[in-house]
Amino acid sequence: MSFVFWLLAAITVAGGLAAVLLKNLVHCALALTVVFAGLALLFLQLDAQFAGFAQILVYVGAVAILVVFAILLTRSSETPKDGGVFSRTWGAGLAISAAVFAVLGWVVLQSEAGLPREINVPNVTVLQIGNALMGRYVLPLEIVALLLTAALIGAVIVAMHEKGDAK
Amino acid sequence: MLEKADQLFILLRNWIVGFLPAGWQAAAGVVLGVIGIVAVFPGLFAITTVLERKGLGRMQNRIGPNRTGPFGILQPIADAIKSLTKEDIVPLNADAVVHFLAPVFLVVVVFMGFAVLPVGRNMVLVDMDASLLFYFAMGASTEVSIFMAGWSSRNKYSLLGAMRAVAQMISYEVPLLLSSVVVVMMTGSLSLVKIVEAQNQYTWGLPHWYIFTPWGCAAFVMYAIAATAETNRSPFDLPEGESELVAGYFTEYSGFKFALFFLGEYLGMLSISGLGTTLFLGGWSAPLAALNWVPSWIWFFSKVMLSIVVLIWVRGTLPRLRQDQLMNFAWKFVLPMTLLDLMVAALWRFLGDGWARWVVCSAILVIVYVAAGRAGMRGKHFGPRTYRYAE
Amino acid sequence: MLGEGILKGLAETAKNFAGSFVSAERLTTVEYPEQRIPTAENARVFPFLIYDGTDWEAGMRCVACQICEKECPPKCIYIEKSKDKKPDFVGKMQIYPAKFDIDVSVCMSCQICVEVCPFEAIKMDTEFELSTTDRFGGLLFDRKHLAKSNEYYHEIHPTEASEVDARLAEEKAKAEAKAKAATQAAAAKAGAPASGPAPGAAAPTAKAAEALPASKPAGGGE
Repeated sequence: MSFVFWLLAAITVAGGLAAVLLKNLVHCALALTVVFAGLALLFLQLDAQFAGFAQILVYVGAVAILVVFAILLTRSSETPKDGGVFSRTWGAGLAISAAVFAVLGWVVLQSEAGLPREINVPNVTVLQIGNALMGRYVLPLEIVALLLTAALIGAVIVAMHEKGDAK
Repeated sequence: MLEKADQLFILLRNWIVGFLPAGWQAAAGVVLGVIGIVAVFPGLFAITTVLERKGLGRMQNRIGPNRTGPFGILQPIADAIKSLTKEDIVPLNADAVVHFLAPVFLVVVVFMGFAVLPVGRNMVLVDMDASLLFYFAMGASTEVSIFMAGWSSRNKYSLLGAMRAVAQMISYEVPLLLSSVVVVMMTGSLSLVKIVEAQNQYTWGLPHWYIFTPWGCAAFVMYAIAATAETNRSPFDLPEGESELVAGYFTEYSGFKFALFFLGEYLGMLSISGLGTTLFLGGWSAPLAALNWVPSWIWFFSKVMLSIVVLIWVRGTLPRLRQDQLMNFAWKFVLPMTLLDLMVAALWRFLGDGWARWVVCSAILVIVYVAAGRAGMRGKHFGPRTYRYAE
Repeated sequence: MLGEGILKGLAETAKNFAGSFVSAERLTTVEYPEQRIPTAENARVFPFLIYDGTDWEAGMRCVACQICEKECPPKCIYIEKSKDKKPDFVGKMQIYPAKFDIDVSVCMSCQICVEVCPFEAIKMDTEFELSTTDRFGGLLFDRKHLAKSNEYYHEIHPTEASEVDARLAEEKAKAEAKAKAATQAAAAKAGAPASGPAPGAAAPTAKAAEALPASKPAGGGE
């Protein structure tokens, strides 16, 4: 729990708060990008190089762009909502998110008790990750690949259909 | 003596750091390395701008700038003074914070990419296990800054240019990564230092650079195409095409911020040429075993400048590609060829040593390329255009 | 689509690059303003008024007919007629322009004024280095600024000037011949009352007979 950790955690939480509290939707998307970068830096602080860089490459480089494209293509970024950023049912939202946070926090704390206490952090190289992915975890890898392919084909079909209807 | 010339900058750094107390030495070493990068690469950027303007001029049957200094070599200084003294105009309705942060973010991210390039023997700022992945992570982050620039200007042409630029960069990100993955596969490591060391061996005096293998040559060509598209360089410079979109996503930028964008683009060019040199052209290794006495960093920078010259040459030759032609090319031609290249590289490994694998791999690549090319040409009519006029 | 077109293009630009150092064909620019490429003979920039001889006021060919002012598409010409008359190149008394202004910031170099002028008085100049710090007054050329001599016209457009001179000389010759015929007929007529009606009757036929051959060569030369 060093100073660096608290700093990165503060940045991430601030980004997250900004992502829900800002009026301008594109500002919220950019704050979300800050959250992704903060998470990547937290991974790097834990010496998980591959996870950190993959987080930047995938989330900041692709998902953030996707979010921004979605905002711009649905044209809801032009006028900020009147009446603030809170909807009428904010109480229910707060209760549900508090419940989810409680469950997740309980799970994390329980699992931390179950982890072996190691003095030195194991240095996981990309070679070991690659070997594990191709050896022990090859079935989940293939299933995820299949899922991604299905999503890609589905997206292409949906887009083609829309073009067909428009024509 | 030659060893000293080769390790000149390392020795210099160690000497300077030796003056400081022991606790500060590591940090001071890193700071000196950063100063080195920040001094050298913008200097190369200045040389690149002169080369580009004079080179493009000569290719277009004209002289480039020749009034500032002999043969115009002081032109970058004039450009720097101009951009520093121009008025910084921010549109009234523009999003001031995002408008300010976009060029800053771009330059920061591009500079971070230089940290993992091995510039010479033992000369890399950060030697990480996954340095190639870090480089691509930084490259992917430039898209965010381009979007920020285009959106914050509140200008539909800027936004259009930014969207086109981001779409183009995302499309060519995949062939870029896949053609680099071929090299990673054959080397067995993501670390750029190890990739260069794997290419630093010589057989009969000729080096083991990956460009001299069939799969490496194909991967290099595709890497070059994808790199040209990633840095928004002609013939892929529709997002910043001066005749279409004024200046695309940096229309509303003036003065120093424009200079920062310019710097970011050219540094990106240098950076991706540096990566291409590291992956395919052997990084800092000499072309012939006999030439090893020349310091390694000279080889690296010569190869990078050679790549820049080729980029300028291509810019002066080819017309601009239209957006849909760009995307078609990326998804329908380059991407399948990179996948094929991956399989051919695997075949290369499993065919064992000997001349058979050269013939088989080259044959597969050439035949598929010619077949795909011919198939693409079928159905297209080239010749004088026929027009159909409205009655 | 195999990329050979790209390679051919790269070879061509390489030839351009290398050739620009050695041959002038591959480097067609000059160091302006120290060196200048001479303009072509039929270059045109803005109009000017021609005068014959040495005195620009007396020799000016323009007779202020205002045809160019009416035909000018952007209406950049402004003419004011004079109150008195001066003799033109054939000796006939014509009015002349007291004011003849062309606003070259409006002029679009279409050459219509040159085409419609019946007196070959306005022609196109080739001088283009006209930049000035006075945006309005500096680009309004008055009569004195526009008047340039016929010798200057020969310098900038030699073939055109020779043609124009030939045409004017021919017209002058025709007019002189006509004037000579008129004076001879008047002299014959003046001598007629002394010799009676028969020479008077013969004189008109002689005049008619002389006028006919005089007009025929003029008609043949047209």
